[in-house]
Amino acid sequence: MKIQNRNIVNNIFICCEVEEGLVAEVSLELLTKGRSLANRLNCKLEAIAIGSGLEKLPDQVFPYGVDVIHIADDPRLSPYTTMPHAAIVIGIFRKEEPQIGLFGASSVGRDLAPRVASALKCGLTADCTQLEIGDHYEKKTDTEYKNLLYQIRPAFGGNIIATIVNPETKPQLATVREGVMKKEILSVSHKGKVKPVAVNEFVNSTDFAVEIIERHMEQRKVNIKTAPIIVAGGYGVGSKENFELLFELANLLGGEVGASRAAVDAGFVDHERQVGQTGVTVRPKLYIACGISGQIQHRAGMEESAMIISINNDPHAPIHSIADYAIVGEVSDVIPKMIRYYKKNSK
Amino acid sequence: MKSLKIIVLAKQVPDTRNVGKDAMKADGTVNRGALAAIFNPEDLNALEQALRIKDRYPESEIVILTMGPGRAAEIIREAIYRGADKGYLLTDRKFAGSDTLATSYALSMAIRKMEPYAMVIAGRQAIDGDTAQVGPQVAEKLGLPQVTYVEEIQEITNNKIVIKRRLERGVEIVKSSLPLLITVHNSAPACRPRHAKRLMKFKHAQTVTEMQDNSEDYISLQQDRPYLRIEEWSVDDVKADDSMLGLSGSPTKVKKIDNVVFKAKESKVLTAQNVDIEWLVKELITNNTIG
Repeated sequence: MKIQNRNIVNNIFICCEVEEGLVAEVSLELLTKGRSLANRLNCKLEAIAIGSGLEKLPDQVFPYGVDVIHIADDPRLSPYTTMPHAAIVIGIFRKEEPQIGLFGASSVGRDLAPRVASALKCGLTADCTQLEIGDHYEKKTDTEYKNLLYQIRPAFGGNIIATIVNPETKPQLATVREGVMKKEILSVSHKGKVKPVAVNEFVNSTDFAVEIIERHMEQRKVNIKTAPIIVAGGYGVGSKENFELLFELANLLGGEVGASRAAVDAGFVDHERQVGQTGVTVRPKLYIACGISGQIQHRAGMEESAMIISINNDPHAPIHSIADYAIVGEVSDVIPKMIRYYKKNSK
Repeated sequence: MKSLKIIVLAKQVPDTRNVGKDAMKADGTVNRGALAAIFNPEDLNALEQALRIKDRYPESEIVILTMGPGRAAEIIREAIYRGADKGYLLTDRKFAGSDTLATSYALSMAIRKMEPYAMVIAGRQAIDGDTAQVGPQVAEKLGLPQVTYVEEIQEITNNKIVIKRRLERGVEIVKSSLPLLITVHNSAPACRPRHAKRLMKFKHAQTVTEMQDNSEDYISLQQDRPYLRIEEWSVDDVKADDSMLGLSGSPTKVKKIDNVVFKAKESKVLTAQNVDIEWLVKELITNNTIG
């Protein structure tokens, strides 16, 4: 049997997203995960930041344990457009040969990462919910690969959990949604090295084929990620009107309204309230799941809640099995009662 | 500019919203035969964008390209009923097991065969994988600019296109030259329905394989009416390199598949009766979860 061990000089790279001079939350979460993977693999953690006016950026990322940050600072690089950003990431990856590259699964990351993966002819896994390090034996070639990145995600309608590996191509690329990984500062005094990127080495004028004429970014209206209490509704809530009940309860409890993908797809609420693999991952102290069946993609986004209450008229709905309190009943019956008894019993 | 050639990428997908058991094979790939097959929803949004360009420039040609097994010809017919001009089915056993990289390579080789074209339009993502990777990867392979999450094509004139994109938290209006590849978001207008006259005219549109499976009548019918022929392309037809296709051309390997295991907490089961709900609310207030 052949044994392939990755060279430890190959590092882990996180492509950071920058919004108005600030590193995006999802990137800080990935830096935290990247740091722990780097410790496990005994390699360095490097970051890439592309944009304009990035002087203050290194100080934002160093506390998360970044050893090296590559900064591409050029007025033409903000706001984000695909080709110049892709050219820079591809150029840096070709030069530095990382073993792992991670991107946020955001509008930007999901536009950029596939372009990079295609150019480097390497594997990319979207929307991972876990990243681990492990070995892999390839039967066909009788080769044991040491220390691969296990890219774990629910797949195929959420009926299964798939573990994906890229044994033969480097870097191993993955995207992760905001909120899936926990953000944690390593040390406020940690300092790394800043490597300025010579932008013109990688980017040429034809990369600016797509030009932004107008841009309207809305402030985030709701941030369910930080809400202590979430009242979430699924397709079983039935209508936009019935969702009003959930809003009433959430307001009363000082929480926010969340939703399953089915409820968002049905147009009951906005996408930014979506909890789950393709939405946000939340860890509130109380999660009330109303009319949600509890498919794995949804559970991936909420099962670490401190307490879960499920309301579903189907006694066999999977959501009940992960709930602390499982209420078998109609949402439209139970929620008004909860509102009534809360008003009666709270001071 | 009077006419444009527009290639629409479409995929027939298992309806993952209604998955039964036994849908997965032992090697971790999908047993498509066990599921209802549908036109990937966002690819219909993509087709509508192409049809709107044709509304403006009626001489334009809309070509559907799909990769899949023989039955995927169904979605080519569906697209033709709704207004597409013709379709190509990229089908070969060598494509089986392709991940997004191998798929985008195969599609890009087929698209090269159709040069020159003005635009490639695809749905943002397919519901069986939700990766949103194939569109950008095809663009990269063809060296085309890409505009993802398209909601509206606001203007399309000589060599210039103005597009509105829908982002997570906002919108962008961008300008590009042609050719380019766009991926269409589900917030874009829904696809128009089948056209009754087109349904009548193209009801018997078939691939050669389908013809062979059917009676002689169909063959003579197609000889009289060549527009009823749906082209099939193999790996050789698009001059693709075998080693970049299928499982061997796919860097991502499925290491293992786990069934979903329920963590199964000790749940306390309650009814919707007043007494249960009041007890629960009091309990939550007492242990400071709420209140």
